[in-house]
Amino acid sequence: MRASSSSAGLRLAQAAVLAGVFALWHVLTVPGILPPFYFDDPHRASFFFGEPLKVLGRIWHWFVGGDIYRHLGVTLVETLLAFAIGTVLGIAVGIWLALAPLASAILDPYVKALNAMPRVILAPIFFVWFGLGIASKVALGVTLVFFIVFFNVYQGVREVSPVVLANARMLGASPRQLLRYVYLPSAMSWVFASLHNSVGLAFVGAVVGEYLGSAEGVGYLIHQAEGVFDINTVFAGILVLTAFALILDWIVTLVEKKLMVWQPRSGETERI
Amino acid sequence: MSPPALALENITCTFVSGARGGARYTAVRDTTIVVAPGEFVSVVGPTGCGKSTLLNVAAGLLAPSAGTVRVFGEPLAGVNRRAGYLFQQDALMPWRNALENITVGLEFRGVPRETAQEQGRDWLRRVGLAGFGDRYPHQLSGGMRKRVALAQTLILDPQILLMDEPFSALDVQTRQLMENELLELWSANRKSVVFITHDLEEAIALSDRVVVLSAGPESHPIGEYAIDIPRPRDVSEARLTRRFLELHAEIWHAMKAEVLKGYARQLQ
Ligand SMILES: Nc1ncnc2c1ncn2[C@@H]1O[C@H](COP(=O)(O)OP(=O)(O)OP(=O)(O)O)[C@@H](O)[C@H]1O
Ligand SMILES: [Mg+2]
Repeated sequence: MRASSSSAGLRLAQAAVLAGVFALWHVLTVPGILPPFYFDDPHRASFFFGEPLKVLGRIWHWFVGGDIYRHLGVTLVETLLAFAIGTVLGIAVGIWLALAPLASAILDPYVKALNAMPRVILAPIFFVWFGLGIASKVALGVTLVFFIVFFNVYQGVREVSPVVLANARMLGASPRQLLRYVYLPSAMSWVFASLHNSVGLAFVGAVVGEYLGSAEGVGYLIHQAEGVFDINTVFAGILVLTAFALILDWIVTLVEKKLMVWQPRSGETERI
Repeated sequence: MSPPALALENITCTFVSGARGGARYTAVRDTTIVVAPGEFVSVVGPTGCGKSTLLNVAAGLLAPSAGTVRVFGEPLAGVNRRAGYLFQQDALMPWRNALENITVGLEFRGVPRETAQEQGRDWLRRVGLAGFGDRYPHQLSGGMRKRVALAQTLILDPQILLMDEPFSALDVQTRQLMENELLELWSANRKSVVFITHDLEEAIALSDRVVVLSAGPESHPIGEYAIDIPRPRDVSEARLTRRFLELHAEIWHAMKAEVLKGYARQLQ
């Protein structure tokens, strides 16, 4: 009882924070409500920071008019492709290097260098290689996702319990079966641990790619609006992207719950 | 005469550790243990004397520094395919539930899923976990995990069974049930068993022969005792016989000095 009423209170407080921020934003930007105290011109504030009602109106038009769906779809496809390709590559290379100590020792400095490099600077190269369509954004996302997954899988395979491994061998597992029955599941638990990060980075890759050069996607919308100083549309794009990221994260949580049943969670007893 | 099921011949195991391989530790030195087909041999010895090490050698998981291992007369190369191994530590796959853990060995052998599941359920029942097939290892108690591990190994019907303190996590009652169950399974189709334990009473109650190891380092057998208590045995009844008490007194007398030695060394 108490738990549920306090969580309802929490929700209320969280909603109040959101409403408060919007109210403040409204009061500070709409010309004529407050006397200007920082900018000389009363319209300056709304020029730089937009006006919440106009921003919400813009979002409303996007969804009712249906303009946004194509762009959201493009961003979603780019995100999912980047995530899928980056994850598969990360798992494959991670397992390979973890099981091949020599190769891993040789490649170690290069892996570190590639990971240290700010990957966004690759965007121009990808535009040259893959054009301004989806492929260049996917490539950018892949470079971001790959390393997260790679390092986690590498760690996961290295830390497989030697007893579990020895037991599997005694039960008759061939090297190939060890890979499938022991290394891969063990690595997957680490991949899932990094799922939130890697989906998030796939999204970042897609949006940044769109922003830097494209003809579709929410990042492109923002870039367009910025070009004509339409700050309300920029903010609308930011809000839509944030909501989109939250939904992605929520889906990841659902998937995680479904797939990680075997992992101990602290305090699983039922409250009576 | 048929060759012994398992023969550890003059096994020496020296571990190298430390930064540049500086520190050497000879856990086992010049140890010979021979197990006949169908024989039940227990190995007792103070903690840290090298019992698990010897078992790893017998399983083919650890190459000895010197000496040879023969399995039914053949020199052992790689993992011992004719042996099942119950590890001292938890060895279940955390991502598979109890039933899936039990059937995994059959899966490795390409047994059809249906058959494997059926046998797996049968074994779950035999180790007293009929309702627990869909639990994951972290949802089982230590004793339950041990029983799943036992079923996981026995379902493959190995000719040699290597057991490293399999029942030390169980309470006394369950332990005696499991011991009787083990004896029954063993007498039904006589496997060769190497059974490691701290517990001298358990060793005598179960075995045909008890091997006593000295305290480490450089541990080696210091005594072998044939246990001539008649079979079939009930472990709790066997403990009450006069012969049991005599054997216990005799072996304990030999062991005591070693246990004290081992304990003193660990305190240092
Ligand atoms: N990989 C290793 N590297 C270095 N030393 C080791 C290694 N494995 C075992 N030892 C040492 O060898 C000795 C014997 O270890 P082992 O695990 O065989 O003991 P044990 O008789 O099984 O003990 P317990 O009854 O407590 O299980 C110990 O002193 C241990 O420290
Ligand atoms: Mg041990």
